Amino acid sequence: MAMPQAATAPGPDSPGSELGDVIIEMKKVNKWYGTFHVLHDVDLQVRRGERIVICGPSGSGKSTLIRCLNQLEEHQQGEIVVDGVTLNAHMPRIDVVRREIGMVFQSFNLFPHLTALENCMLAPMKVRGLSREEAERIARTYLERVHIPEQAGKFPVQLSGGQQQRVAIARSLCMNPKIMLFDEATSALDPEMVNEVLDVMVSLAESGMTMLVVTHEMGFARRVADRVIFMDAGEIVESAPPSQFFANPQNERTRQFLGQILSGNRTPAPA
Amino acid sequence: MAYQFEFADVFAYWPELLRGALHTLVLSGLAMVIGMVVAVLGALGKTSGPRWLQWILDAYIEVIRNTPFLIQIFMIYFGLPAAGVRLSSETAALLALVVNVGAYGIEIIRAGIESISKGQIEAGKSLGLRPLQIFRYIILKPSIQAIYPSLTSQFILLMLNSSVCSAIAAGELTAAAGDIQSRNFRSFEVYFVVTCMYFAMSVLFWGAFAAIERAWLRKPSLR
Repeated sequence: MAMPQAATAPGPDSPGSELGDVIIEMKKVNKWYGTFHVLHDVDLQVRRGERIVICGPSGSGKSTLIRCLNQLEEHQQGEIVVDGVTLNAHMPRIDVVRREIGMVFQSFNLFPHLTALENCMLAPMKVRGLSREEAERIARTYLERVHIPEQAGKFPVQLSGGQQQRVAIARSLCMNPKIMLFDEATSALDPEMVNEVLDVMVSLAESGMTMLVVTHEMGFARRVADRVIFMDAGEIVESAPPSQFFANPQNERTRQFLGQILSGNRTPAPA
Repeated sequence: MAYQFEFADVFAYWPELLRGALHTLVLSGLAMVIGMVVAVLGALGKTSGPRWLQWILDAYIEVIRNTPFLIQIFMIYFGLPAAGVRLSSETAALLALVVNVGAYGIEIIRAGIESISKGQIEAGKSLGLRPLQIFRYIILKPSIQAIYPSLTSQFILLMLNSSVCSAIAAGELTAAAGDIQSRNFRSFEVYFVVTCMYFAMSVLFWGAFAAIERAWLRKPSLR
């Protein structure tokens, strides 16, 4: 094929030498929506504790990529191994893999008929089999960690977007996941609420969580990412530590994208 | 010559009327509860069951919704014995009501299920919940909330429809009324009183549905 080769995943010389073993491995992953080739020979290796920001124009496949990791989307070719388990469509117990992978969505997706607290308690009780008391204790711990313990008894419609998204993060954390996926977690928020959610994500990143974050918040990428990945047309075009990624992008498409996004970026990079 | 209303002749049969009304309440209430179970399971089958099951459910729903209720009762009461199943008129009436309300209920609840956004299901999946857990803990209650008015209207219709069961002498209110007016020849007075009793029972059921909504389905409001 005439398509340019995707940048290879970084070797052991990549930043964050304190990182652990490989927890996610994607090899030559391909996916099509009908005839639309949404993931094209994607190779990606993520190590335990690594924080990766994925950016790129809309339709570039970045959301699809992380959604393949918990098989909300199935891939048609290639291999995906998550924490030692090779994923494929129609695995009978895909739920066993999913319970170890938290996911935060653009549209929050809190359960409207449950309070914030109950949203956080449901999976620990029904999936982990914890008692109501234990689940509640954990839920309150994480609601505190996302700075909204006082909203525990409220229903999602009674919360602001920023609060809902922080509950959604707490809900995922209550499962004590090994990996957290963020799919444009701040894109649906009013500007004044973006930072309260980003702050939670930053503190989570600092705690050593393995994170894959699809976002346009380049300030966040600069601040916490070990690696920034740029995708375009279903390919990983560039993958580099943020310092290198922003100062000296190798690929023309990356330069174009950064030119567009940084000129209009509303959140300045923190010092 | 003006007609002389004679309600005293009706109230002489008050105990029979009350027994008939109680019968209607029990018959309808049971049919609602069992019909609800049929509707929920059927809707689950229609939205996520195997193809063959969906086909069977479609056939069931279309047959029931496109044939008269009276004929359905006759099929169960007079038709089933030919297949070796002999039911009492009470059991046949209950079965007919359940079969009937189940078909409408499946379609109503299916509409509720389809109103749930895909994101809800994805959130459940990503938390590691299994398909039946997602249905039970995430989809079911908001679905019922969404279609509760249609569902309760259907249940009221079921209660009113139970009067058709008098055709097989199921001993409910309309059957009792027919019995009484054949003895005292006061058909207008009897049916006037029975009309009021049906209306009162409807009010009773609406009240119960509203109480259930407040207790179990209360939608959170902005505070």
